[in-house]
Amino acid sequence: MLGQKERHIKKRMEGRVIINRLMMVLFGVATAIGLIFLVLLFYRVLTQGIGYLNWDYLSNFPAPYPEEAGIYAGLIGSIMLMVIVAIFSVMVGVGSAIYLEEYAPKNRMTEFIRINIQNLAGVPSIVFGLLGLTFFVYLFSFGYTLIAGGLTMALLILPVIIVAAQEAVRSVPAEMKEASYGMGATKWQTISRVILPAAVPGILTGTIIALSRAIGETAPLIIVGAAAAIYTLPESLLAKYTVMPIQIYNWTSRPAEEWQFVAGAGIIVLLVVLLLMNSIAVWIRNKYQHRL
Amino acid sequence: MSEVMVKKKNNTVNKASKREENSFGLQKEKANHIIEVNDLNLWYGSDQALYEVNMDVPEKQVTAIIGPSGCGKSTFLKTLNRMVEMVPVVKTSGSIKYRDQEIFNRKYKQEYLRTKVGMVFQKPNPFPKSVYDNVAYGPRIHGIKKKEILDQIVEKSLKGAAIWDELKDRLHENAYGLSGGQQQRVCIARALAVEPDVILMDEPTSALDPISTAKVEELVQELKEKYSIIIVTHNMQQAARISDKTAFFLNGELIEFADTDHLFQNPQDKRTEDYITGRFG
Ligand SMILES: Nc1ncnc2c1ncn2[C@@H]1O[C@H](COP(=O)(O)OP(=O)(O)O)[C@@H](O)[C@H]1O
Ligand SMILES: [Mg+2]
Repeated sequence: MLGQKERHIKKRMEGRVIINRLMMVLFGVATAIGLIFLVLLFYRVLTQGIGYLNWDYLSNFPAPYPEEAGIYAGLIGSIMLMVIVAIFSVMVGVGSAIYLEEYAPKNRMTEFIRINIQNLAGVPSIVFGLLGLTFFVYLFSFGYTLIAGGLTMALLILPVIIVAAQEAVRSVPAEMKEASYGMGATKWQTISRVILPAAVPGILTGTIIALSRAIGETAPLIIVGAAAAIYTLPESLLAKYTVMPIQIYNWTSRPAEEWQFVAGAGIIVLLVVLLLMNSIAVWIRNKYQHRL
Repeated sequence: MSEVMVKKKNNTVNKASKREENSFGLQKEKANHIIEVNDLNLWYGSDQALYEVNMDVPEKQVTAIIGPSGCGKSTFLKTLNRMVEMVPVVKTSGSIKYRDQEIFNRKYKQEYLRTKVGMVFQKPNPFPKSVYDNVAYGPRIHGIKKKEILDQIVEKSLKGAAIWDELKDRLHENAYGLSGGQQQRVCIARALAVEPDVILMDEPTSALDPISTAKVEELVQELKEKYSIIIVTHNMQQAARISDKTAFFLNGELIEFADTDHLFQNPQDKRTEDYITGRFG
């Protein structure tokens, strides 16, 4: 009886080992496919774009000839847009996170809101574009301006920031809060002196990662009317603007091959900015990780 | 049944302490009860954790709370400064008076109560700030900004916690770099800096080595000159060493509350006797 059972297990064992191997190979191939395409992409972008990448490219406005065209307007536009996005999304996002984590009663309504914020993070960006068009462009009559674009993008990344900030606030050790309340601190004193300082690294990291997603977004900005080409920098919040991905998109859609190289150079600049932002996020995370 | 017994017991305890007072020539019979707990019940949601607790805490003495783990010691302690209400599902009934004021009264400010009834926790929990900023935290939240005054308070509190000499040259180092025992005494100093009346300590030495434990125990003896101390411990020797009165809790009930010598040498309840002789828990 026992021998039979053992034999049975052994027989099944062989099958399990084979399946295990097979799976390992499958997943390995999947990883390889991803990597190969990534390398190809980098190779193509680098070889095509690098020739056009120089100081003039960084400091020139768009031009009718590929040799004279530059990404300056897009680069500065993207940076300005991100500053607006960061200000609004962090203010509203951190506020909501603190409310949800520290003030809101722990009931079904709060839970419902929490879950829906997470769902919002998965809504396609184009939907936020339409929202921005309806509210900021038309209803608030901002028109196709920097502020309309900034607020739209702020809405787009708000859910991600709220979730990141909630996690950061939640991960502040309970003992720390108890210590503060135990000395007669009010809720706000505890939030401002203990919880927020401890949550700042997490909030910053989350914000930068969210921003680095926003900086590559194109669809919502096309809808709320970012310009394809501008020849002066935006001088106010109510000025026309453009951003890097839109300029790149615009160049790629031109027939002459040189424009593809101009676009390639733009992609390199965009990637470098992205890499920079992500490095800062990682740096902040590592710097503060071992503190708590 | 048992509830009635507890009440009776408490009555006898009260009488005993009254007699004591008279022999010491103290004025009012209530004068040396800093906290009075009457018929306290507490629920976590639908689970009752404390049953009809009656207890009068003497002023400027050390009161130990002993009992097996899960019997409600921490819950009881945290009820005394209403920290237990940080758990949203907590409900209470009964009365707790601090200096004759009902702390469950709606108008009674939790923040005020906690400045008067301070707390030291089981695990040392300094803020990730300097020693100085840790100790100055309490005075600062209560509005003290002048550097000279803060300096004085920090020095006084660290001296009060018997750690000034060790740390006076390291005030601006992060408290996280200190040893566990030093961290715990910084936490005690931090509690003292608010100038409380009562200090609640929840197993303050359970995370410490024997030497640090001895230091904290010694400190408790010094502190009772000025403060009323309630200390939870699951170490009966510790209770016997450092406390004047001892309360024995079991399954959320206060089984016996008496002078420490009395409780350990001549327990009135069978369950107390079983516990202190190590028959369970
Ligand atoms: N936050 C909480 N939520 C629900 N039940 C709790 C909570 N804290 C403690 N309890 C329950 O209350 C009882 C007493 O716990 P506690 O006061 O921590 O005991 P002790 O400090 O004596 O070990 C236990 O049964 C425990 O499970
Ligand atoms: Mg406990």
